[in-house]
Amino acid sequence: MIQFNEVSKRYPNGHEALRNISFTLDSGEMSFLTGHSGAGKSTLLKLICVMEKPTSGQVIIDNRNVGRVGRRKIPYIRRNIGMIFQDHRLLFDRTVFDNVALPLIIAGYPHREIGRRVRAALDKVGLLSKEKLHPIMLSGGEQQRVGIARAVVNKPPLLLADEPTGNLDPELSAEIMSLFEQFNQVGVSVLIASHDLSLIARLPHRVISLKEGRLLEDNNEVTGGA
Amino acid sequence: MSQSELGGPKGAQFSSGSTFISRFKMGIRHHGQECSKGLHEIFRAPISSFMTIAVLAIALALPAGFHVFLKNAQMVSSGWDNATQISLFLKMEISAEEVEKVQNELKNSVKIADVSLIPKDQGLKEFSELSGFGEALSFLDSNPLPDTLVITPTVAHSSPEASEALLIELQEIPEVELAQLDLQWVRKLYSMMAIAQKAVSALGVILGLSVLLIVGNTIRLAIQNKREEIQIIKLVGATDAFIRRPFLYSGLWFGIFAGILAWILVNSSVLWLKDPVRNLAGLYESQFRLSGLAFVEALQLIVIASFLGLLGSWISVGRHLKDIEPT
Repeated sequence: MIQFNEVSKRYPNGHEALRNISFTLDSGEMSFLTGHSGAGKSTLLKLICVMEKPTSGQVIIDNRNVGRVGRRKIPYIRRNIGMIFQDHRLLFDRTVFDNVALPLIIAGYPHREIGRRVRAALDKVGLLSKEKLHPIMLSGGEQQRVGIARAVVNKPPLLLADEPTGNLDPELSAEIMSLFEQFNQVGVSVLIASHDLSLIARLPHRVISLKEGRLLEDNNEVTGGA
Repeated sequence: MSQSELGGPKGAQFSSGSTFISRFKMGIRHHGQECSKGLHEIFRAPISSFMTIAVLAIALALPAGFHVFLKNAQMVSSGWDNATQISLFLKMEISAEEVEKVQNELKNSVKIADVSLIPKDQGLKEFSELSGFGEALSFLDSNPLPDTLVITPTVAHSSPEASEALLIELQEIPEVELAQLDLQWVRKLYSMMAIAQKAVSALGVILGLSVLLIVGNTIRLAIQNKREEIQIIKLVGATDAFIRRPFLYSGLWFGIFAGILAWILVNSSVLWLKDPVRNLAGLYESQFRLSGLAFVEALQLIVIASFLGLLGSWISVGRHLKDIEPT
């Protein structure tokens, strides 16, 4: 699903965010990406969803070298990646329903299909009763779950999450993680960037550790998921 | 979300997206939604939208107003259009037969469409009736007026230059005392109006350009206000076309509203001037009525305005949307 071949990323200001990273995430695999802030976790995720392009090396997503993909093709790659952000990135002038429906509207799904899928996704994250509310009326944990519903609503084969439990208490964090495990169980590849080591330690998944842009540790033996 | 829907246990696969037909149908529905959303967007900030529309409308109303002014000026003077006539005042001593001979000769000329004779008696009668000197004229012993031939040149020879040449030619005829080109000033007025027409066109181009810039700037601000929203939409896979659409529709709506408002501005000014103009025309015993933008012209104005709005937002969106990438 994801393959990094000797990937380095240097930003225009000279900061070297990633140095010579190589790893593979198989289809249907669930993995954590850890490291201190500034270790390069976010950059790695940005390379996968083509928000940045590698300075050298190859980032291959679904057998496609995304570093070489033209500007016009990028949206179609992103439609197959569900992204979850620490700051949720919701549209606050729209209802929960409209936020979750966004990827489907963009992809041009039929109207009835949109209603059906949005409600299924909201049901999955336990927010079906709040579809008509605006995100501002929800708690932090609920907003994060709206973000998750939006990420999975078009059933992407790959989920990326950047610090999805960053602002949540341990109980809510565990709930969110179990949601990701449920998606993984039905075949979705999941990559979660997190520095919540105590939470990660409790879960039996692969952990990729970064330090100052280098791959520090990759306990590939413990594979989670299906 | 069942397991079967998400693919096999080996993991879900990348999909190529929805079918073409569903995308097409959704595309049309989406256009409708965006169209009304663009309208909604304008009404969301009614005061600032109205001010933008008012500025656009004034920029459009100026050339449209001048156009109406010229149109009316042409209507006033259109009665004078074929009035290029040359009056030939014949020598006093010429006999009636000779007058007829000259008249026939002139009638055969290819440059002349019509020749009419005003005999000296009829001329005196008309003069005494129209001038108000009737009393005084009756004291004259003899008719001081000569026979007059009124020459209407053919269309090809009624341009200022050609009629001037014809005038010189006619002056050469021995029986002619004096040849006079009438209403030369109408021609001068026409050429002045032709210049004014061009000036209005130039003004129209300049103000059309300003409409482009105003719409472009308004859309630029709208894009900046929605910076975050655009980033999010790009992250979930929106194409440039998808993001562009609502802005293009708002530009279109700005144009349409500005066109309608410009039409209202022009026609209400015309309405306001109608009575004074009619009074003035009445003093000149004219039936002239001031007319505003006709329906077709108003439609043209609105179409041009909406096109300018669309183009302005297109240029602006093309320039500014690329700068916004998700971070």
